[in-house]
Amino acid sequence: MAKFRAVVIGVSSGGVQALKLLLGELPADFPLPVLIVQHISPDAGNGMAKLLNNLCAIHVKEADEQEPVVPATVYLAPPNYHLLVERDGFLSLSADPPVSFARPSVDVLFESAAAVFGEGLIGVILTGANYDGSRGVQAIKQNGGIVVVQDPDDAETPQMPLAALAATEADHVVALADMAALLQSLAGGGAARRGRSTTSHA
Amino acid sequence: MTADELVDVEIRLLLEGLQQVYGYDFRDYADASIKRRLTQWLAESPFETFSQAQSRLLREPELFVSLLQGITVNVTDMFRDPSFFRTLREQVIPFLKTYPFVKIWHAGCASGEEAYSMAILLNEEGMAGRYRMYATDIDEAVLAKAAQGVMPITEMQRYTRNYQKSGGTASFADYYTARYDRAILAANLKKDIVFAPHNLVADAEFGEMNMVLCRNVMIYFKPALKERCLRLFDNSLLPGGFLCLGLKETLERRKMGDHYDELVPGSRIYRKRYG
Repeated sequence: MAKFRAVVIGVSSGGVQALKLLLGELPADFPLPVLIVQHISPDAGNGMAKLLNNLCAIHVKEADEQEPVVPATVYLAPPNYHLLVERDGFLSLSADPPVSFARPSVDVLFESAAAVFGEGLIGVILTGANYDGSRGVQAIKQNGGIVVVQDPDDAETPQMPLAALAATEADHVVALADMAALLQSLAGGGAARRGRSTTSHA
Repeated sequence: MTADELVDVEIRLLLEGLQQVYGYDFRDYADASIKRRLTQWLAESPFETFSQAQSRLLREPELFVSLLQGITVNVTDMFRDPSFFRTLREQVIPFLKTYPFVKIWHAGCASGEEAYSMAILLNEEGMAGRYRMYATDIDEAVLAKAAQGVMPITEMQRYTRNYQKSGGTASFADYYTARYDRAILAANLKKDIVFAPHNLVADAEFGEMNMVLCRNVMIYFKPALKERCLRLFDNSLLPGGFLCLGLKETLERRKMGDHYDELVPGSRIYRKRYG
């Protein structure tokens, strides 16, 4: 049975509330690293990471370049940089042009993480008003990972979940309130893997 | 082996070949970003795979040049990170003003946006004619573009906002002339800048600099190449000189970090100690 090695999350408008809720329910010893791209203003500073770190049991920080990816830690892409995963398991940043009008871009993180973690990757798409992440979820599926999408009916802004569902067949489509429990059961050894999604939009 | 791992093998072989044939060495570039840039080049090329492209890339210098531009170009803005330029203006320029003449090395200047931003800042602070800026890049085509000082007019609104946030004291529109869809930067911004080719992977340092700027360039390098660059910069800087990095780059955990103090926490502007 595949053992998961990392979670990547893409979120755009409505993201602050969604991340507060989701990360707030993860335990401090969550067994996987969590890498997040949230679309954010270039000048936003690192206030978001500090805010979430104060609210959540799990450690939340802004990603630094050349930082090792370790479990029980949430890494937020810094404003105005893409976040990528290197083959040696370290993080890297890039100032390359925006992708799908976004920097950081969900696609950039997901595609690089898919290449490194393969079937050990859980990709999560939450609320958002554009289609960033839809190429990324395809890459995750092609590399054997699994894709979890927030139920569009449950999302503050449904476009990003809808685009992800149109791009690939999601393994789980769940409401935000059920997301943390799902991630925990997946991370806990893969017992909930496939076939246990609460609803199917595929 | 997965399809993705196979692509990684092809990329390693290609980079090895390019190094041997053309002398450009990208083997110490961080894998994820260079893979992304190469994949983008491949998608826009007539080739299906890197193996297919390799045969022609090794034989056709013009094709290699197109690839080179795809993998080296660093995109930036004028006054990117306004807070950085504000700190320069308020905390660094007062030191620089105490010298009769200062030399600045801008490494990895790409199409010149930050070099020109720096020139605007220095001129506004009364240092016109009292500095020389060496703006270097690996890519000669992008340097030629930088030397022209022509930018898309569509960017000017954003650059104006950045400039104002950085503490600019004049009207940004005075620094360029609009012509059709382009903005031509004023000639007096160019006269103290020397654009020159320089390869951080292979070339030597520049002597006796008061300031070295290298922002968001080393983020694309593997650790060993980063260390090499930092040694180059250290050897280039006079005591009391300033090293300016990107906002997510730090000298913490670096060998040379002990010889530098960060001017303002988080600014990534480091001052070299005396002795």
